[in-house]
Amino acid sequence: MSELVKLHYDVDGNDFAAAGEASMKIKKELRNLGFPQDIIRRIAIAVYEGEINMVIHADGGTADVSVGLDEIDITLADKGPGIPDVEKAMQKGWSTASEEVRSAGFGAGMGLPNMKKNTDEMEIETEVGVGTTIHMKVYVA
Amino acid sequence: MKIQEIVSLLNADVQSGADKLDEEVSSAFGSDMMSEVLAYVQDQGVLLTGLVNEQIVRTAAMMNMYCIIMVRGKQPTDNMKEMAEDNDLVLLTTELTMYETSGILYTNGLNPAGHSYV
Repeated sequence: MSELVKLHYDVDGNDFAAAGEASMKIKKELRNLGFPQDIIRRIAIAVYEGEINMVIHADGGTADVSVGLDEIDITLADKGPGIPDVEKAMQKGWSTASEEVRSAGFGAGMGLPNMKKNTDEMEIETEVGVGTTIHMKVYVA
Repeated sequence: MKIQEIVSLLNADVQSGADKLDEEVSSAFGSDMMSEVLAYVQDQGVLLTGLVNEQIVRTAAMMNMYCIIMVRGKQPTDNMKEMAEDNDLVLLTTELTMYETSGILYTNGLNPAGHSYV
């Protein structure tokens, strides 16, 4: 894949109010690059969900986006607790989010399924006690 | 429906985006769970919520919505107002409940937002 642009963001795990800042920046970059609104919206939602997950579960992480001619690749990586049962985590409504997170409007157990819905490919690498890396692709060609 | 009409119907206060009241909106969705908004709502429109934090503005911005209505007399922080301005969002507040707000807008022709289940 020939890359046009590479973007890198650090996601601060200590600031819930700031969760989503990377997604907002990615959204603006993609808009400047002239991508269709639907593509931008899907990516913004997927990255935002991932960012929220990294803040509430993993004490932050990183978001990397490679913009190519045919596809946009997104990698979200954290050094959090890992996901013990990925199949369960992919079930709609299944969540380990705290009551505090729920009262802030998140933790409905829709994050991972929604990331999958909004992207064309999604792969989860995770190891308990080590961290989680999520690769997502959105086709743009 | 123009956003100005929503302001009049709800007797709402305009907290941000006073220059955008002429924009047309055709649908709305109400929830205090931003997870649900992100997972279900398909089209751009209006977000009704009683939740107060930065994430309501970010969620609406992420989904290319036009207007947020904070119900039950909830008030935005200065940071939320700034974020709304930065993202071209109209931010309204009303003393009405979520149910009252929904009922008034529904009977005046504002449609339910299209949704697709994950």
